Amino acid sequence: MGSFSLHASCLAKHNLPWSNGCSQNLNSLRIPALQQRGPGFLSRKASKILAFYGLKSPPYALDALEPYMSKRLLETHWGEHHHGYVEGLNKQLEKNDILYSYTLDELVKVTYNNGNPLPEFNNAAQVWNHDFFWESMQPGGGGMPELGLLQQIEKDFGSFTNFKEKFIEASLSLFGSGWVWLVLKRQEKRLEVVKTSNAVNPIAWDDIPLMSLDTWEHAYYQDYKHDRGKYVNAFMNHLVSWHVVTARIIRAEAFVNLGEPKIPVA
Amino acid sequence: MALRPLLTRRTLASASGFSSNGGITTSFRGLQTFSLPDLPYDYGALQPAISGEIMQLHHQKHHQAYITNYNKALEQLHDAMSKGDAPAVVKLQSAIKFNGGGHVNHSIFWKNLAPIQGGGGEPPKGSLGWAIDNHFGSLDALVQKMNAEGAALQGSGWVWLGVDKELKKLVVETTSNQDPLVTKGPSLVPLIGIDVWEHAYYLQYKNVRPDYLKNIWKVINWKYASELYGKECP
Repeated sequence: MGSFSLHASCLAKHNLPWSNGCSQNLNSLRIPALQQRGPGFLSRKASKILAFYGLKSPPYALDALEPYMSKRLLETHWGEHHHGYVEGLNKQLEKNDILYSYTLDELVKVTYNNGNPLPEFNNAAQVWNHDFFWESMQPGGGGMPELGLLQQIEKDFGSFTNFKEKFIEASLSLFGSGWVWLVLKRQEKRLEVVKTSNAVNPIAWDDIPLMSLDTWEHAYYQDYKHDRGKYVNAFMNHLVSWHVVTARIIRAEAFVNLGEPKIPVA
Repeated sequence: MALRPLLTRRTLASASGFSSNGGITTSFRGLQTFSLPDLPYDYGALQPAISGEIMQLHHQKHHQAYITNYNKALEQLHDAMSKGDAPAVVKLQSAIKFNGGGHVNHSIFWKNLAPIQGGGGEPPKGSLGWAIDNHFGSLDALVQKMNAEGAALQGSGWVWLGVDKELKKLVVETTSNQDPLVTKGPSLVPLIGIDVWEHAYYLQYKNVRPDYLKNIWKVINWKYASELYGKECP
């Protein structure tokens, strides 16, 4: 088995407004070796690189979210779970060249297969979900959104408090493993709180997620044990990054008209 | 109505192996409520396969929460039914399935485990042992199969060894979240259930579910499973 160190021309693009994906650190890149096909097959030096995904670091140090999310928890959640999904996905893609050369967004939608997910969906979606989740948090987060985002929340939920209650209630009533999202619904042109199971993700039906909370038990068990309520409150009050949500909704407005369309008058 | 079996004391007692000291009381309104059954062993008795910390949290927090929420949902259901509020009755189904299932499943689970001194891990003899060899080839093969299915289960759920009481056949099944085995087939009776929710192993095994599955067989109570099997397939 050979592994090549190549300068990463990054194929794992993430559609985030302030990053072009390539400026992030990609850890543990390993290109699958395509040698050892048979006795007569000569091993080649460089194999065709078709697509691979890397483990993206969270945009903060692993201890930056203390005491609301411990370094120990992040080391396991990011270093073992998220990493495991990346490795699992790369292993699956080694064997399935129909799925090569998609961006991660596209791969999630394709493998979701309109509700009959292909085997690669779980890994692909969980890689996407965790990248999105780390970026939805920041040290010194919590508090309240401002300006246009706050106005939109008040418009669609009545008040920020209402929204917060709804989000917390959704997190506590999600049975099993899953995610809770603040999404911008593309057709209805409004914000909503959405619960999904296991790895499912609202981009699968073309909505635009703005922030998420991981409610799988592994996301909080080491710090909060069974007390999901305490975890959700810590997230809402100290971790969620309204800056990031603002940037995401600004970008979303390029695709969804939230108010009256601004038609220039000649 | 499908709800009836859940509310009958006798049905629940036979499904979960409750004895008279089990967790059923009758409130003044005639509505049966449930309480946490005691474990027949100490929290630390299953070490090192399952840590005492996990057993205590699993029993006192998780199982208790299912029972509390199940009782609450049943009371709300009782109200909705007496008012004839059909939408409310339907809306409560998922909470009943989830919390009631959680109570049923965990009640079976505690009986599926035993400390090593109490016979935990001792392979089944008699008719169950013979049936396992006949159907799966060997006990090892059954264990491998259940471990593989348990490890592959996405998210939260259970892996079961059950017996189809109509066909008199052993089956290996998985269910998601807290769905009881009966949701996979009305004639399926659970013999052994292994909880693969993360709360069942996380503090000790973190994300390495396969290690948890490998080790839990050391404390599986085959005596209880054999008794159940003998009752269904005499």
